[in-house]
Amino acid sequence: MTPSFIELPVSADDRRIARLAALAIGLTLAEAAIPSPIPGVKPGLANIVILLVLLQYGWRAAAWVSGLRVLAGALLLGTLFAPGFWLSAAGALVSLLVLAPARLLPSRYFGPISLSVLAAFGHIGGQLILAGLWLLPVAALLKLLPVFATAALVFGTVNGVIVARLLAAPVASGRQSPTCTPP
Amino acid sequence: MAILRAGDIGVLLGGSGLVVALALHAWNGDPGNTVVIRAAGQIVQTTALTHPQRFAIDGPLGITRIEIEPGRARVAADPSPRQLCVKQGWLTRSGEAALCLPNQVSLEIRGRSPSHDSLVY
Repeated sequence: MTPSFIELPVSADDRRIARLAALAIGLTLAEAAIPSPIPGVKPGLANIVILLVLLQYGWRAAAWVSGLRVLAGALLLGTLFAPGFWLSAAGALVSLLVLAPARLLPSRYFGPISLSVLAAFGHIGGQLILAGLWLLPVAALLKLLPVFATAALVFGTVNGVIVARLLAAPVASGRQSPTCTPP
Repeated sequence: MAILRAGDIGVLLGGSGLVVALALHAWNGDPGNTVVIRAAGQIVQTTALTHPQRFAIDGPLGITRIEIEPGRARVAADPSPRQLCVKQGWLTRSGEAALCLPNQVSLEIRGRSPSHDSLVY
């Protein structure tokens, strides 16, 4: 019997997405170690990577990185298919759906900060919609909504500034090279 | 290109507006539209907070005077010794209540949805 090999061709795009997803997963794990006063209020550092991917490689790549981030992050944190995983997935999905039209905004007026804030609101919106449909009475969520929205605004702005600064950094830092070393 | 662009400011202002609107909506309670007056546990009057009205309710100690204006209601005068329900002033939000226990009169504001299951006096 001859051993059979299944070889999947790996393109440069695949490698790049894997590398960027690893970066996003790393940030997800680092973030999980940060204590949070309210479950669900997180800085969303991985969104920095998603936004950089979106702005440099397009929506498709960003969707891949985001999906891999949610899946692998949950695997590593041991929350796969737990409620937190589904909330995270819903947030990532809505965030991507918001970013798809948002990135078509004229970049002369709308920079990474706009995208980041919109993505953050999308994230929190997606999570709350799912939580409202599935986990919690809507009345309880309404009381928490302002807290989550404030967190989305603040962290969205901070992440947006980080993305803008990373994009403005000189190319010599290696950020825009094909290998995309972590900034 | 500048880090903060014109549209970004718009988005940030819009986001702040959304946060403020949500906070006002979620935390301000819902404004009451009905007032319920009880004496000795029995409802003696249920009326809308739409136009000025005055009621005089008899209790064991004397007469409790209740004043209603559009959107708000208060106990204007009460024979109770400590005047707690009078000092509460105007009630506007759903779920707010002024209890004049010595005279067994209570004033409760209700909104579109009851904010609690029941009140026990």
